[in-house]
Amino acid sequence: MSAWPRAAELGLIGCHVCGQVCSMTGADDGALACPRCGSTLHRRKPAAYARCWALLLAAFLMYIPANILPIMRTASLGDIDDNTILSGVVELWVKGSPGLAVIVFCASIVVPMLKFLALGTLLISSRRGSNWARRQRTQLYRLVELIGYWSMLDVFVVALLTALVRFGYFSLVEPLPGVVFFGLTVVLTMFASMCFDPRLIWDGKEDSDD
Amino acid sequence: MDLSPPDATTDATAAQALLICEHCDTVHRRCPLAKGEVAECARCGAVLERCRGLGANTLLALILTALLVFAQATLWPIVTLGLNGQHVDATLWDVIHTMWTDHSQVVAVLAALTLFVFPLCKIFMLGWLLLYARSGRRAPGFRLLMVTLHRLGPWTMSEVFVLGALVSIVKAHLYFDVQPDPGIYAYAALMLLITIFAGVDLTRLWDETREESP
Repeated sequence: MSAWPRAAELGLIGCHVCGQVCSMTGADDGALACPRCGSTLHRRKPAAYARCWALLLAAFLMYIPANILPIMRTASLGDIDDNTILSGVVELWVKGSPGLAVIVFCASIVVPMLKFLALGTLLISSRRGSNWARRQRTQLYRLVELIGYWSMLDVFVVALLTALVRFGYFSLVEPLPGVVFFGLTVVLTMFASMCFDPRLIWDGKEDSDD
Repeated sequence: MDLSPPDATTDATAAQALLICEHCDTVHRRCPLAKGEVAECARCGAVLERCRGLGANTLLALILTALLVFAQATLWPIVTLGLNGQHVDATLWDVIHTMWTDHSQVVAVLAALTLFVFPLCKIFMLGWLLLYARSGRRAPGFRLLMVTLHRLGPWTMSEVFVLGALVSIVKAHLYFDVQPDPGIYAYAALMLLITIFAGVDLTRLWDETREESP
C-alpha cells in the first residue's frame, strides 16, 4: 500500500459536486447517487477517453475554418477588407498597441493550440498508464481548465465592433463565418476538458518515487 | 498548508472527517482551517478546501452590489463611437441583437447565455442561498441550486467580455472618436466583484448549513 491511500483502494468515492465522501457498497458504477446532493457518483467519469477524444477532434475540425476563413469584414467608403484572426493580431501590433496584440495572440492562437496539445498529451499518456510527471500533468490539466474560456475574447471583440461600427456607407463592420467556427471551437474544447477525468492520470503503474 | 494523509484503517462512519482530492483521488484527513487558509492535496497540489475570510453577511452584501452593478453594466451603453459628427453607442443587448440579425445566431446565443442569462442566474441563486445561510439555514431548493451552481462553473464570461471591450476600444480608436460610457465603469466594478467571488469556496455551504427539522 502506498503512503497516500486513494479512494478507490479504500472503497470510497468523493462526490464531484458537493465533495461528500461516500462508501461504495459493491454497487455498479453509475447506479450510486450521492446521499447529500443527489448527483450520480462515478469512480471515474464515464467513457472519459472516448468523449474527450470525440470532442477534441470536433473542436479541431472547427478550428481549421476558424483560422482560414475571415472573422470580420470592415467596409469604409466602398473599400472592403476581410480580417482573419491572425491578420487582426498583426493589425493591432502594427497600428495599435503591441501589448494588446500579445494578449489577443495568446487568447486566440496560443490557448486553443495549448488545449489541443495538452489534452492530447494527457489522453495518450493516461491511456498508457504512464507514471511520468504525474503532478505536472495534473497541473497542466488545471491550467487548461482555468484559461480555456478566455479564448472567447476574439468572438466578443467582433460582436462589439459589429454593434458599434454602424455608420452606413462611411464605415461598417460585419461578422463573417469564421467567428462562428471559432466560437464553436472554444465551446467544444471546454466540453472536452470537462469530460476528461484527471484521476486517470494517477491510475495505472505504481509511482516509483513515493 | 498540507494535510497529513490518513492511515488505511479508516472506516466509513468517519467519512465526514475525510476529504477526497477530485484530481487524483487521494484520501486526506480533514483539518480545521483558520480564516484565509487553504488545504492542498499532498500528492497533486489541488485545492481541497478553502476557508474564506468573509462571512455570509458580507457575501450577501457583495451579491446585492453585484446585482446592481450587473444591471447597470447590462442596461447602460458601453462605449460611443463618433465619425463625422455621427454618434453610435451600444449596450450589451445591442451587441446580442446585431449578432442575431447579422447571420451569426450561434454567437448571439453564446453571448446571451454567457454574458446575461448565466451570470444573472448565478447572482440570484447565490443571493437566495446566502439569505438563508446567514442564520445557518438551508434555503428552499438548496440541493438543486447548489448542484446547478456547480454545473454553471466556467460558463459565465463577463470578465472575458471586459477584456474584449478594451481590445475593441483600442481597435476602434484608430478610425473613430471613442468615448467611454457608464456601462464600461460598471463592468470594471463587476470584474472586481468577480475576482472576490472567485476565491470563495461554495462547497463549504454544505457543512455550514443544516437542514431544518420538519
